[in-house]
Amino acid sequence: MYKIVVWIGLIASLLFSMAGCTSGEQTGNGRVEWIIPYKEGGGSDIWARFFAPFLGKYLPEQPTVLIRNMPGGGSLKGVNWFYQQAPKDGTVIGHTSGSTAMNYLLGDSKVAYNYDDMKLIFATPTGGVLYISPKLGVSDYTQLKQLKGQKLFYGSQGATSLDIVPILAFYLLELDIKPVFGMKGRGSGRLSFERGEANVDYQTTSAYLKRVVPLIEEGLAIPIMSWGSLDESGNVVRDPTVPELPHFLEVLAYLKGPDILKSKEVAIWKSLFIAGFACQKLALLPPGTPDDIVQQWRDATSALIQDKDFQEKAPAVLGGYLPIIGDKGEKLIKEALQIKPEYRQWLTDWLYDTYQAKVQ
Amino acid sequence: MFDAALEGLQIVLEINHLMYMCAGILMGLVVGIFPGLGGIVGLSLLLPFVYGMNDTEALAMMVGLVAVIPTSDTFTSVLMGIPGSNASQATVLDGYPLSQQGQASRALSAAFFASMFGGLLGALVLTIFLVFARGIILSFGTPELFMLSILGLSMVGVISGNNILKGLVSCGLGMLVASIGSAPATAEERMTFSSLYLFDGLPLVVVGLGIFALPEIIDLLKSNTAISGVGRLSGSWMQGIRDAIRYRWLCFRSAVVGAIIGAIPGLGGSVVDWIAYGFAMQSAKDKSQFGKGDIRGVLGPESANNAKEGGALIPTLLFGIPGSGNMAIFLGGLILIGLEPGPAMAKDDLDISYAIIWSLALANLIGAGLCLLIARPVSLITRVPYPILAPLMILVITFAAFQSTRDFGDLVALLVIGVIAYFMKKYHWSRPAFLIGFVLAEQTETYLYQALQFYEWSFLTRPGVWIIFVLIIASTFVGYRFLKTEKDKAREEALSLPVGPDLLFAGLLLVFNGIFLYQTGSLSFTAGIFPLGVTLVNVLLLTGIGVQAFRKTAVLKTQGNFAYFPAQAGDPRFRYFFGWWLGYYLLIALLGFFPATAIFVVAFLFWEARLQPRTLIGIVLGTALFLWILATFLKIEFPQSLLF
Repeated sequence: MYKIVVWIGLIASLLFSMAGCTSGEQTGNGRVEWIIPYKEGGGSDIWARFFAPFLGKYLPEQPTVLIRNMPGGGSLKGVNWFYQQAPKDGTVIGHTSGSTAMNYLLGDSKVAYNYDDMKLIFATPTGGVLYISPKLGVSDYTQLKQLKGQKLFYGSQGATSLDIVPILAFYLLELDIKPVFGMKGRGSGRLSFERGEANVDYQTTSAYLKRVVPLIEEGLAIPIMSWGSLDESGNVVRDPTVPELPHFLEVLAYLKGPDILKSKEVAIWKSLFIAGFACQKLALLPPGTPDDIVQQWRDATSALIQDKDFQEKAPAVLGGYLPIIGDKGEKLIKEALQIKPEYRQWLTDWLYDTYQAKVQ
Repeated sequence: MFDAALEGLQIVLEINHLMYMCAGILMGLVVGIFPGLGGIVGLSLLLPFVYGMNDTEALAMMVGLVAVIPTSDTFTSVLMGIPGSNASQATVLDGYPLSQQGQASRALSAAFFASMFGGLLGALVLTIFLVFARGIILSFGTPELFMLSILGLSMVGVISGNNILKGLVSCGLGMLVASIGSAPATAEERMTFSSLYLFDGLPLVVVGLGIFALPEIIDLLKSNTAISGVGRLSGSWMQGIRDAIRYRWLCFRSAVVGAIIGAIPGLGGSVVDWIAYGFAMQSAKDKSQFGKGDIRGVLGPESANNAKEGGALIPTLLFGIPGSGNMAIFLGGLILIGLEPGPAMAKDDLDISYAIIWSLALANLIGAGLCLLIARPVSLITRVPYPILAPLMILVITFAAFQSTRDFGDLVALLVIGVIAYFMKKYHWSRPAFLIGFVLAEQTETYLYQALQFYEWSFLTRPGVWIIFVLIIASTFVGYRFLKTEKDKAREEALSLPVGPDLLFAGLLLVFNGIFLYQTGSLSFTAGIFPLGVTLVNVLLLTGIGVQAFRKTAVLKTQGNFAYFPAQAGDPRFRYFFGWWLGYYLLIALLGFFPATAIFVVAFLFWEARLQPRTLIGIVLGTALFLWILATFLKIEFPQSLLF
């Protein structure tokens, strides 16, 4: 009797394993995996799901690119896993977002990945536009000084998140804007602005064009500046999607004199800006991937940019910016993320002194 | 507006549109029936196909899927006491006892009918309000949202049953467990012990499964019967529908409440069923049967959770801010097909908005109809002897919990929460109160903090705050009246509990609170004040419970024959079955999901259910087929071995 049961158990093990081996964990056989360290339905997830079919179309042998969500600890769990354990044969690619880079820049102790040796396939930029409430009586950046003495609120996700870019910008402009933390995302920040609780807000350029421009037309919001965009040689220039607005460094130089652009704080801001905006969402291969495989992936990206279908749909997801492919992007990111230890120290001190925010 | 409405109707009634919608509905039915899988899994399975479809067809499919999930997730909630999704946790409270009384098909058909009604009403609310909802939504500032969270918490008074002190501590416990993770205002880590798993907080699905499913399964195993304690299934299909019609006003009110709460961004869809349940209970004259199988406890939440999806569409479409988890990924889908939600959805794109709304209504109708059709045969599962069903249910719960974050931590959390919940059940600590605390804690904390930042204490002078305050007073008063009528029963019930284990459990909770209290010492004021406040109140209440027990001891001693630990207080059967469960998870950690499951299922069926090899083979084959479907078509991931 027992013998029979043991046999049944063995057969069951075999059967169950066979039944399960078709699940999404398997690569090879025309399948490639893309590890997204966030939940389904988030910005990164949608971004990757947009790219996946096009990448598959232009890779040799046209594999299916499957998205595998691996959320946890912000993006730390998925990216740590990818960095340490992903196979280096090009069958698994990874992704990091602006906040992954922030964890890295700020020296979070749970970070186990290193941007120095991951291989960049491509990066996509985004921009941001700052706008304020018309009730503040300021109609453009030249009048920003009139904000002094008014109660200014900005709905924020947290000082150690991507929001460090606007918050540091406010600090450099010497604007006394109080961030109110605990917002669930930029959407909640905008809602708070629309409710009249916050009176300063920024949105990424695509959200700005679709959801803030209607407010501006109704006279409910006034655009002030963009965070800018990077040109070919890595300088901050006006954002091509909102060329009528000055970028932050322009405004800063106007208010504080051009010398400030050479300061340590501006250099830090620029690092944060590149990591958080100019090269915000990255597609990566794990360290140690052979160069020819890296090249295949980069070629596929170069090809998909020419795809008519891609060009038609890209603006809705990417907000009018094109992917930066390969070495060019890799150089930008590495420069931005190789922050000097003293700069990092300044940053963590500043975060702690101003917002009691500890980097753990 | 009427032109747009007509255009919307035309889109909905096109044959292609209808076909894609039905495909979405069928998919939603399948995904919804499995606990732990809901709209998020369903929609992310659909997203790859959304490309290459035209806008309205893709929309039809997504809406069809989203609409039926709060209907089909009712099956496991009612039949097995396993919340099918976060939206139907409250349904378990009365739906499951009805199944135990052999009235599963009555409960199911009542639930489906109420779902359909709620869904239709939700769509109606949307149709009317879409055009001017923007202003109303914007009038809810952080102070009002904070007060609404408190209103939700005030339901604890009536939901926690006879012992209000224990109910309040349960709620506080839920709030503490919810505060594990990064603090909303400062992102400091609270009680995470540097674990990445705890960093994001415990997932609601896991907590819900642990709270309801684990204690239920172990109790049933102990009693060794089928789910339906009575042999024959009574209570018909028609009776459920008659129930729904009889309590039509309850369904109506719950649907309105559900649609409103769904429409307010930031309140979160998972509170809806609890608020509807509390509401059903508060408005009922005879509350004594709630929690024991009152059909109204099924009708309220089910009507509300379908109406919620309609309501949640409003902020999603108008502001691009998702009103619920499902809506977050729905929004992603909209963006992928090139539709940009925003104010235009109530103006230029009004026809598309109406097409979405009416697809929702139609999908609710079709979905509920299909569920009604299969309600009766599916109910038969409640007659299967439990030892046969149990390993399969444990398997289902395991992969359901694992879908939350696909981390082994999900399984550990399930077991820990489950054990706590088992003793909560045994010693009459309200588990619904725990869940309400868990669901509302973060919002309460965040909105209070934000309101204070934006308005300082002057937020208390806002008219909206006062209106909600009056509602809170009314809700608390109803709870108080209820307690007074239940006083005798409470005393009787309290006397039946053995003092020793009861006190021991309370003592453990005290220790748990102490750990939190200690931990808050290392936090900044902003991050620490909330857990600090909750623990202090908890400690006070626990002291009260201690005093109660002391008084009870005095009474019992006068009656003689008193022992702190009576002989029957031990619970070896619990330890035995919990051991099986624990062993299963250890095996998973060791061997991975599939071999572990095979060993567990075969061994359990052989030793506990005493099945013959022939039957055993049949079940094994069936289970393999089931796993194959999950892996192949639903692309479900399963836990892997921790060793290799």
